[in-house]
Amino acid sequence: MSDTVVKVSDLQYRVAGRAIFDGLDLEARRGRVTAIMGPSGTGKTTLLRLITGQVKPDRGRVEVFGQHVASLRKPELYALRRRMGMLFQNGALLTDLNVFENVAFPVREHARLPEAVLRQLVLTKLHAVGLRGAADLMPAELSGGMARRVALARAIVMDPELLIYDEPFVGLDPISMSVIVRLIRELNDALGITSIVVSHDVDELASIAHHSYLLSGGKVVADGSPAQLRDSPLEVVRQFMSGEPDGPVPFHYPAPDYHAQLLGKHEVGRSGDRS
Amino acid sequence: MITATLQRIGAVGVFLGRVLAQCGPALLRPRAVVHQIYNAGARSLIIIMLCGLFVGMVLGLQGFDLLQRFGSEDALGVAAALGLLKELGPVVTALLFAGRAGTALTSEIGLMRATDQLTAMEMMAVDPLRHVVAPRFLGGVIAMPLLVAVFNVIGLFGAQLIGVQVMGVDTGAFWSQMQSAVELDDVNEGIVKSLCFGIACSLIAVYEGYTAKPTAEGVGLATTRTVVISSVLTLLLDYMLTAAFLGR
Repeated sequence: MSDTVVKVSDLQYRVAGRAIFDGLDLEARRGRVTAIMGPSGTGKTTLLRLITGQVKPDRGRVEVFGQHVASLRKPELYALRRRMGMLFQNGALLTDLNVFENVAFPVREHARLPEAVLRQLVLTKLHAVGLRGAADLMPAELSGGMARRVALARAIVMDPELLIYDEPFVGLDPISMSVIVRLIRELNDALGITSIVVSHDVDELASIAHHSYLLSGGKVVADGSPAQLRDSPLEVVRQFMSGEPDGPVPFHYPAPDYHAQLLGKHEVGRSGDRS
Repeated sequence: MITATLQRIGAVGVFLGRVLAQCGPALLRPRAVVHQIYNAGARSLIIIMLCGLFVGMVLGLQGFDLLQRFGSEDALGVAAALGLLKELGPVVTALLFAGRAGTALTSEIGLMRATDQLTAMEMMAVDPLRHVVAPRFLGGVIAMPLLVAVFNVIGLFGAQLIGVQVMGVDTGAFWSQMQSAVELDDVNEGIVKSLCFGIACSLIAVYEGYTAKPTAEGVGLATTRTVVISSVLTLLLDYMLTAAFLGR
């Protein structure tokens, strides 16, 4: 069995003529937590969409469990996805189902379990994320942190081999954040799964990741353990890790000369386009 | 413009094929379909009944005014029944369905898209077309003829209320002339129209929701498009079906 669960090679992907990725290479190894970091707008979530086959690359390969994702037909892709779990940034719970039914949803769809067994399975997963007592609540009654924990329970209910987290710490209070951080690492170690976490929360990722990649300008600019990234001599890495507002990743979006624009030499279009 | 319109029609056609392919599996879960019939049908009942009553009352007034000029006010029952069964029942119900149930379907599916619920289903290897779209499409298609039947019955009651109770048309003449003049083909014409309108309005509603841009503005625009396209399509189909039934 190969040690590499996800392998991205020479990935190129463009949106509206703009290169999101231009020769990206990375891999996620079995049983490890791989962090993918980078400033906002570097395409971290897009990378997850490419890994899960939601979009196809313009060039290069994305292999998951040794399968070339872009070449899979729908039944094969669905079979591959049954080996994955994904936690969405906003939880993406089904709003017409309560917490119990949300977690039970993939099981009801893919397995014919007796109701008693299904109940035990769902309650076990909810217990693992600390929300067994919230089984009867509707998604609208949950806080952001609780919704994400329910989504996590749903993501692990089919015992996936690969768990993908899209910005799992966004908008959480410190307590909810530490709970999610602990759960990611504990689930990874206890279930022996492979985890990919996309985020820009450096400290949280440093505490759980075995290996980290830093993306910028459509490429991996640095990778290694969190400690190695902190010690990197590269300017862009140091800026990101220490959170400096200006540097290789500029504070200002590209714009014409400030004074000239204030003096009316560059009109700003009604739609916001710069001339 | 023309190319874009043709492309859109083609996309809707392909989408219809994909939805129809999922209708069989969706019917294996009748509870979901029944739930959607309730959503699209039962929840539209009040507005359908109210509008049916008023349309029937107007038919009674206008019909009486017209027919008495020829001394034929006893034929009011026939005129109201044929008008409702063949035209007003299916058309007005479809227009109301587009405004009430169609917009609800579009915004519900569009919001599911905007909040990643559809993507989450795809990531769980569950086809949203089978789980979300097909039951709603079937619910709309089945609910429409039932709503038309309710509209017609209430409309006839409204016409009778005004024609007989207010304007003084003979009760026996009103009902007996209707009974003798209305043929089964007239009823069938209404059923065929209501089924066609049900397919068209439900298809537009689920298509617009499924392909809505995942933003607040995108869902709003999709909802507006549902009402506009469904209404125009209903009237266009009505002309084509009427011409086909009359053999013109």
